[in-house]
Amino acid sequence: MSEAREAGSAADGPRLDERVDAARAWRARLVEIALPLAIFAAALGLWEAVVRLRQIPPYILPAPSVIAETLVKDWSVLSASLLVTLSITFEALIAATVGGVALAILLSQSKWIERAFLPFAIVLQVTPVIAIAPLLLVWLEPSTAVLVCAFLVAFFPVLANTALGLASTDYNLVDLFEIYRAPRWKQLVYLRLPSALPYFFSGLRIAGGLALIGAIVAELAAGAAGQGTGLAFRIVEAGFRLNIPRMFAALALISATGIAIYGFFTALSTMFLGRWHESAGGRER
Amino acid sequence: MSEKPLVALRGIEKRFASGVRALGGLDLDVRQGEFLSLLGPSGCGKSTALRLIAGLSEPNSGAVEWRDGARPEIGFVFQEPTLMPWTSVAKNVFLPLRLQGVAWRDAASRVREALAGVGLAGFADAYPRELSGGMRMRVSIARALVTKPPLLLMDEPFAALDEITRFRLNDDLLALAAQLKTTVIFVTHSVFESVYLSSRIAVFAARPGRVTETIEISAPRVRHSDFRLAPEFSDYARRASAALDAASGARAA
Ligand SMILES: Nc1ncnc2c1ncn2[C@@H]1O[C@H](COP(=O)(O)OP(=O)(O)O)[C@@H](O)[C@H]1O
Ligand SMILES: [Mg+2]
Repeated sequence: MSEAREAGSAADGPRLDERVDAARAWRARLVEIALPLAIFAAALGLWEAVVRLRQIPPYILPAPSVIAETLVKDWSVLSASLLVTLSITFEALIAATVGGVALAILLSQSKWIERAFLPFAIVLQVTPVIAIAPLLLVWLEPSTAVLVCAFLVAFFPVLANTALGLASTDYNLVDLFEIYRAPRWKQLVYLRLPSALPYFFSGLRIAGGLALIGAIVAELAAGAAGQGTGLAFRIVEAGFRLNIPRMFAALALISATGIAIYGFFTALSTMFLGRWHESAGGRER
Repeated sequence: MSEKPLVALRGIEKRFASGVRALGGLDLDVRQGEFLSLLGPSGCGKSTALRLIAGLSEPNSGAVEWRDGARPEIGFVFQEPTLMPWTSVAKNVFLPLRLQGVAWRDAASRVREALAGVGLAGFADAYPRELSGGMRMRVSIARALVTKPPLLLMDEPFAALDEITRFRLNDDLLALAAQLKTTVIFVTHSVFESVYLSSRIAVFAARPGRVTETIEISAPRVRHSDFRLAPEFSDYARRASAALDAASGARAA
């Protein structure tokens, strides 16, 4: 077909205007990354300047340089706590992913199952974890309680998004599978699961952030019992000792962790969806 | 026609839960090897009839009688290309074979052949979103034909395409159908498209949907664009239009 041939001839090699386009894309990319970084750096600079000029004492508001210093100085303590928080977050996330996807698949099998189970999931979702944490701490060992807490908050977004994804499969494709008399499991594997993938990934991105929050919140609640060693415990501990720079250092690490988790799942999602889904990567104009 | 029809719709009634009587007293024979267009205004039940033939829904009364006792293998093309966006063009065309349990090793050459048949030989590894609307529809047709089904059902497949692309796809579809000797049931609301493509047109009336008239188009099966300019083409088009008008009048009666 001539239509096909026309499109095929463009794929011979990068022409000059294509290289120019590529260069322009790179510059756009650079601005996209450099601009927010520059503004962030400027904000830090302003903070530093205000603290120094007004001579605000570090136990009220430490300067960024002091926080950085503390990060280096206390790194052995902080990195150990970071590792604890990270491992809780990821264990909770893995459990939430496995459980959420499995339950979503189960719910997608029948309307009745869905009606029977969904209310429980929703009750879990709308109950703030902070309210459950003390109860979990009564029932469970603190380390387990923290894990369960993080799991509970991360679980729902995975479940809800995956269930939505499984249910919003293109109904014409479902018809097509029926026309070819495909058994249910083939419909699930070749059709429903792949088409739920973008929904699953957006659920996972939300769950990643929530798992961290859940871990922190539960640790804060457990911290009073003096058991935890995660980053939230360091914050509580530093607060008791009025070691405000360390409090900020731990806070900075939590923020960095949150950003890293988000970045990780965004990259993962781009890797899987890059070539087919609009939400991943930019759309060429 | 003394030969038994490939499939016969007999006294079909189809009501939806909403109370809509989509089809009522629908009788239609589909002959082996013909290119049959179902022509009618939108909402008159053409898609519903096609879905009944495909086995995607059941009539409330009446019967879909297959010459060979059961529905043969079919290909189905929807109004939208309905491709799986997460996989390549080749893997999309592979789908019907995969669902039949054919391994990719054994299917690859048939997939390649089907893609070549629709003029997309070089696009096996492209992803659907990288293709134009016309090319996506070609992939959809390749997918429907990869099993070489004896019957191809198409539900307004070209309605969303521009005229130039549509004319080109019309010609290619005619060539493919003739080459594979496939019986085609083609739903359209375009008089000109139905005349250009068909060996026979079944004109539908609405509320309830039924066939009011069939028109034989006795021109050679493989046609070229000069057929669009031939006097017989406009004669047929006039007859089909008149039949459509009569059908829409039949509702008021
Ligand atoms: N699944 C459905 N549920 C309820 N009503 C339907 C359904 N499908 C079609 N209809 C109704 O049946 C009638 C015929 O529809 P359809 O077969 O899609 O017409 P056409 O394909 O000729 O445009 C319309 O009035 C439409 O609203
Ligand atoms: Mg329709």
